[in-house]
Amino acid sequence: MDLAAAKMIGAGLACIALVGAGIGIGNVFAALINSLARNPAAQVTPFAFLGFALAEATGLFGLAIAFLILFVF
Amino acid sequence: MAIELHPLEQFQIERIIPVHVGGIDASFTNSALFMCVAVLLASALLLWGTKRRELVPGRWQSLAEISYEFIAGMIDENVGHEGREYFNFIFTLFLFILLGNLLGMIPYGFTFTSHIVVTFAMAAVVFIGVTIIGLARHGFHFLSLFVPHGVPAVLLLLLVPIEVLSYFIRPFTLSIRLFANMMAGHTMLAIFAGFVVGMGIFGIIPLGVDVLLIFLELLVAVLQAYVFTILTCLYLRDAIHLH
Repeated sequence: MDLAAAKMIGAGLACIALVGAGIGIGNVFAALINSLARNPAAQVTPFAFLGFALAEATGLFGLAIAFLILFVF
Repeated sequence: MAIELHPLEQFQIERIIPVHVGGIDASFTNSALFMCVAVLLASALLLWGTKRRELVPGRWQSLAEISYEFIAGMIDENVGHEGREYFNFIFTLFLFILLGNLLGMIPYGFTFTSHIVVTFAMAAVVFIGVTIIGLARHGFHFLSLFVPHGVPAVLLLLLVPIEVLSYFIRPFTLSIRLFANMMAGHTMLAIFAGFVVGMGIFGIIPLGVDVLLIFLELLVAVLQAYVFTILTCLYLRDAIHLH
């Protein structure tokens, strides 16, 4: 298998990490909606955005590996 | 119909004023230019905003006061009042990263925070600074940060290496989080933009996706600056309060 093909496959595999990001972000906002529905006066929205950023970051670590494989090696 | 994509071209560093000192290439690059623009904008915001000190603030003064209050509130809530002496650093960090991210959203603007060397430099400064602050305040007692309270001795054998590892991985996660968010966002924008012309009339679909992505990128730009800053505050809290 030549290098270019292997790179493509590697990058594609690395992007599977974004599934975790999707599930995580869904969880965060599901919890936000649940808590605001029970108690609309709760000020949890800043924590929701913090949680979103941290969950997204982990998925993007995987994407960074994909870009690393594609364009650096 | 071949669609040629060069999504990573936008991150290319270009020398604007070539400068060679000794054997070192210290040229003034587009990255440096946008860093200077960010610093000038931050200074302009604060200097212009505090020019007239009215009791009921006008627009610029309001902006300056809101940004001050935002960071001061963040530090007060997360570090406590011992964190007050680090306000200057955290405020500078927040404005620098925020303006860096937002300047990249301007067409033909360069996102200097999309380079790992820039974000790693900032994260390394934060990490080394926070460690030195912790060691200076507590001496060797600082190492009790890695030994959680009330843990049976058998578990400690497993837990302490994990705690140490997760401490030393902080500069890497801090820097890669910001770098990956910025790079992935701009790369996605460039990829969808590349499809627009080649798809003819259906090019309106990637264009629409791009418009939505720009909204997301604006949110991510502000959010990542906030997350970097609040994590710095939390690491500072760990170093000062040790639990």
